[in-house]
Amino acid sequence: MVKLSRGERIFEIVNYIALILLSVAFILPLFTVLSTSLIGEAEYARRGLFFLWPEQPVLAAYELLLSGGSIVLNAYLITLFRVIVGTFLNLAFTTTLAYVLARRNLPGRTILTIFVFIPMVFSGGLIPSFILMDTIGLLNSVWAMVIPGLISVWNMLIMRNFFMALPQELEEAAIVDGAGPLTILTRIVLPLSMPAIATIGLFYAVAHWNAWFDAAIYIKDLRKLPVQVILRGILQQAVMLEPETLTNIQVMPPSASLQAAMVVISTVPILCVYPFLQKYFVKGALIGSVKG
Amino acid sequence: MTVESITEGPLVTVERLTRRGPRPGLIALLKAINKNGFYYLLALPGLLYFLIFHYLPMFGIIVAFKDITPFSGLDGILHQPFVGLFHFERWVKSYYFTNVMGNTLIISGLKLLFGFPTPIILALLINEVRTVWFKRTVQTISYMPHFLSMVVVSGLVMNLLSSQGGLMNQFVVALGGKSHAYLTDPHYFRAILVGSHVWQHVGWGTILYLAAMAGIDPQLYEAAMIDGANKFQQIRHITLPGITFVIIILLIFAIGGLLNAGFEQILLLYSPAVYSVADIIDTYVYRSGLLGMQYSFATAVGVFKSIIAMILLLGANWVARRLGQTGIW
Repeated sequence: MVKLSRGERIFEIVNYIALILLSVAFILPLFTVLSTSLIGEAEYARRGLFFLWPEQPVLAAYELLLSGGSIVLNAYLITLFRVIVGTFLNLAFTTTLAYVLARRNLPGRTILTIFVFIPMVFSGGLIPSFILMDTIGLLNSVWAMVIPGLISVWNMLIMRNFFMALPQELEEAAIVDGAGPLTILTRIVLPLSMPAIATIGLFYAVAHWNAWFDAAIYIKDLRKLPVQVILRGILQQAVMLEPETLTNIQVMPPSASLQAAMVVISTVPILCVYPFLQKYFVKGALIGSVKG
Repeated sequence: MTVESITEGPLVTVERLTRRGPRPGLIALLKAINKNGFYYLLALPGLLYFLIFHYLPMFGIIVAFKDITPFSGLDGILHQPFVGLFHFERWVKSYYFTNVMGNTLIISGLKLLFGFPTPIILALLINEVRTVWFKRTVQTISYMPHFLSMVVVSGLVMNLLSSQGGLMNQFVVALGGKSHAYLTDPHYFRAILVGSHVWQHVGWGTILYLAAMAGIDPQLYEAAMIDGANKFQQIRHITLPGITFVIIILLIFAIGGLLNAGFEQILLLYSPAVYSVADIIDTYVYRSGLLGMQYSFATAVGVFKSIIAMILLLGANWVARRLGQTGIW
């Protein structure tokens, strides 16, 4: 252990304190939103909103939001649909295209690659996409959340680079053993690529969980909206609890705690899985940058 | 065919090469294509996806050169007369042009100014931590906001800044100030945008820098210590030069994306009270196009943005390549 000079020791201490304060700053907004969500009407009337923790935490806001047949539970199902079905289709489309573009001696590979790259640089913009969705009849369909984003060029590139890094000898050996292209793909390449596919799948799944704008513009039907759009409606106080749930409630929770509870409801699943998946995300971010 | 019967002798070989049947190279190519049929088939769904959902909208910019309403339908889009650059002119001459362009560049510039150096500083701080569990914990916590949805972050901002007892106002009141509706005040709105942007992305932004720092040869530090360099000199002369190329590349691409000032974030947080300081190209396109139903005009504004963004991005890539880096493609 090298002996530290006085200046360095002070730096060390200041550094630790700064990082602790920063960590608090990252967590504090989540904490206050949690405490806000637990405030009951009585306490709100008596004390106003702020305190680090309510004296008598109540779950009224959650009960209201999650009561049977509520729009929030329905929205959760929609979100699950887009996360599961969406991610699966994302992976199917991304992997196949990436695998083909990774073949060095494929005739026309350059042209295909340019074809896929151009949309990264130039896009038609919001309105032409909207007109397209309208024309092909995807407006107000849950598929509008899945199909327009089937392939992210960026994720596809990461996959392609991964496939290109696989040793070519594997394929040559398989051909000698009489394996056809399909066998090579399903029995050799895909099993070897599971870590990369899982990482990309995670990226897609989180993107689906968090997405809201596509649903907000393409879908009008309240019962087809995902959690994030319902949250936005509640934050803007525009939505969206159905009359029958409201009549069963004796005392309405304060709107601030209702909004906060909805934030918590739509965040908790991500926060639960995030610490376990963090290292895969970091790995994915690094693969993407090293050879992009 | 008639030419063939007339020509004889040495010309026949020329015929073979030029007219009859493909050249040997072409044959090889066709054979290769045939042999690779499986792969083209495999790529087909993905390529069709790009054709329909990326290329068709590109041709859809034709809307910007006509007078299309939501009720024109496909027929209208195809058959209405062209109006030339009418909508582009209207946009460039409009009252909103300077305001919207100014907001886009100012907000984006501010985000660059504060959002770009902060991950470097944080990475330097984290890199100096030698307690492994503490380092891991700080990293995990600082990456976390990156995974929250924009809607959730906007909810956190509203909760924090609420004029009805949000944490911020409680502090202000406790310090003797007056409760204030920050989110609808044009004086504070841009600061809120930049602040929440930095909060959400500063941690995640450290990843590449930390990776680059981990790649620096530890012998350099040992040699520097033997030469009597202190911590600050080591940071200044070893760590920073070691990550310079990452900094330059990220900066170039940040400039390449300068027209993206954060559409979703602004859309979720702004209100008519702050349009004057918050309205950017994307929000303007959204409002005039999807809410105001001016399809042609909004498309024109969008195309205007796409073209400038394309030039910026290609320029950024060109500069990155000139600097000997790979660029993004």
